[in-house]
Amino acid sequence: MEKLNGAKQVVRVLEDLGVDRIFGYPGAAVTDIYDELFDSKITHVLARHEQGAVHMADGFARCTGKVGVALVTSGPGATNTVTALATAYGDSIPLVLITGQVSTDLIGTDAFQEVDTMGVTRPVVKYSFLCKKPEDIAKNIRKAFYIASTGRKGPVVVDIPKNCQNRSYLFDYEKKSDISIRSYNPTVFGHKGQVKRAAAQLIKAKQPVMLLGGGVVQGDASEVASKIARRLNFPVVTTLMGISAYPTTDRQYLGMIGMHGLYEANETMHNSDLIFAVGTRFADRATNMVAKYCPNASVIHIDVDPASISKTVSANIPIVGDARTVLTQIDKELDELGQKEPADLSGWWSQIEEFKKKNCLKYAKKEGMIRPQEVIETINRISNELKLNPIITTDVGQHQMFSAQYFDFESPRHFITSGGLGTMGVGLPAAIGAKFAIPDANVFCITGDGSFQMNMQELAVCRKYKLPIKIFILDNSVLGMVRQFQTVFYKERYSATNLDGNPDFVKLVEAYGFKGIRITDNDKLESTIREVLMAKDEFTLVDIITDTNTKVMPWLRANGSMIDMMLNEE
Amino acid sequence: MRHVISILLENEAGSLSRVVGLFSQRGYNIDSLTVAPTDDPTLSRCSILTTGEKWEAEQITKQLHKLVCVFRVSALLEEAEGGIEREMVLVKVNTPNKNARDEVKGLADIFNSKIIDVNAEIFTLEFVGNSSEIDNFITTIGKLAEVLEVVRSGVVGIAKGNHFMKP
Repeated sequence: MEKLNGAKQVVRVLEDLGVDRIFGYPGAAVTDIYDELFDSKITHVLARHEQGAVHMADGFARCTGKVGVALVTSGPGATNTVTALATAYGDSIPLVLITGQVSTDLIGTDAFQEVDTMGVTRPVVKYSFLCKKPEDIAKNIRKAFYIASTGRKGPVVVDIPKNCQNRSYLFDYEKKSDISIRSYNPTVFGHKGQVKRAAAQLIKAKQPVMLLGGGVVQGDASEVASKIARRLNFPVVTTLMGISAYPTTDRQYLGMIGMHGLYEANETMHNSDLIFAVGTRFADRATNMVAKYCPNASVIHIDVDPASISKTVSANIPIVGDARTVLTQIDKELDELGQKEPADLSGWWSQIEEFKKKNCLKYAKKEGMIRPQEVIETINRISNELKLNPIITTDVGQHQMFSAQYFDFESPRHFITSGGLGTMGVGLPAAIGAKFAIPDANVFCITGDGSFQMNMQELAVCRKYKLPIKIFILDNSVLGMVRQFQTVFYKERYSATNLDGNPDFVKLVEAYGFKGIRITDNDKLESTIREVLMAKDEFTLVDIITDTNTKVMPWLRANGSMIDMMLNEE
Repeated sequence: MRHVISILLENEAGSLSRVVGLFSQRGYNIDSLTVAPTDDPTLSRCSILTTGEKWEAEQITKQLHKLVCVFRVSALLEEAEGGIEREMVLVKVNTPNKNARDEVKGLADIFNSKIIDVNAEIFTLEFVGNSSEIDNFITTIGKLAEVLEVVRSGVVGIAKGNHFMKP
């Protein structure tokens, strides 16, 4: 058996697990690992902040389904990752974060750059390991990958003390890769009886709706979900995280539900008699007040996480299991039942067509002023024309909701956004991670002037690798989402939402050697965006000065049902 | 409603903090908690007394089960339905004179409580029972003598008959 030191084992086990790229930031407690990385075929991307590194790994994971990997040092290196870990945890993204730790003899002494990483990260990770001896390293990293990528996915931390990485201590490297954890056995197959009951109910439904969540995207279940939706002729809606699980241009697709969901999507949910929910946890932003939620609907709920079933909305037919596996079982069961033609849902569909007539996304264009919706529509239209099939990453706020409402997606893993945690600052690093993961993809980061400034230091990574991503800042000089609350609920008292003091974003990227363009006029919007999108191999930042007073609509009223919506009055 | 939740978990560093952390993270109460290794030293058995609605207990059980380090979780049934629970208490009482000593000794006999430490002025008693018996014991003895200190072990529980929790 090969004898390797601890630091080398970290690198070797990552290589053996098929990792070819990691994101990180070195420091005293991981210098041995970094030294071993120097000779490895794994390429390391040096972020400018540990939060950025983990968001990059997260973006990498979201668009590929592979486990994203990040490496940081102890203490501040570890604490800087907490927001990014919580972001991945909130959306169930498979990540492994390796953190350095002070030597075992110093643990608990308040040593330099010591922090209880296991303790600090515990509530925001799926699991964590502290390697107390060098022999734990390879085993724990393998377990971390297994845990991160199975069941309900999530981030896992492996904390490795400095002395366990010691280059002079050589020991056996365990090459065997079969991992079993006796207390961890996620359910994959759905209960057969439940699957039968579900299939029978699907056929009988008169006013059904299929609700797809992030679990369909992350569980690679889009194809079979679409197949079932089509054979049953069900209307399809998605949560924010479910966007791109179903082709948005399809006739059966009604759009996103929830707080800023589309009128027709929310109305269809509310009036349905059966919600066929897959890979969603019925989060508060997607349901509004649970007591008033979809009063006539029974619920079939498929989720890999038993604790997500009947947590908020109670399920009539709960099915625990992997989304793709269970949907495949249901598809087969529909065959067994002889289901060929969809039931006659024409009455239901004509009701839905009425909902659509509300045309809830329409807005008035205004001379000399760019509406944020107009920007997204334009990018979307030109991308479609040029067949760019972009991966869109967003930050959090109004631009995120407009992106969710107006962009078209043909295939899954193309919409990358922080849904659960709602982390501003994720957009740029996630775009970087996505571009590294799929170099041929067109990656656009749609952001706001507030969010962008939360991680704009990562422009340095774009510069170093000449990454041809496009950044579109919907720049309204305010924190638009909070401001719209203030407009409506706080008598226009704009407390701390004015972003006076913003830099000149064009000059900012010029300082990084990139081209920046500012658009202030809607005359120039179309032509400039077209030009930018045509230049596929260039990094460009486009700073678009947008209307400050535009509100995201529809907007669910707090403590109401899914149809207690404010609509655009324009 | 009170619930005793039994948990079988990996006996390793950090396991208990994950269990306890889950309770605080999700806003559940812990009224009492006991934990110790089982006959298999790689496993620990933990009993947690909590209060809440039935659906809350179900949700706690599911969330606990989701923890990677947890093997088995079950909510113990009420005694009439097949659960057994016990708790131990150590009570230190002031017995400055013969009268007090006689009173305490007599009460200890009635309760089947053991006097486990004695000096001229202080008796320490041990009593085992379910939680309401313990409450009763403490209140009663408090009426006869000055209670100086009370230490309760927290509830442990097991199912009756042929139901048992094994990995």
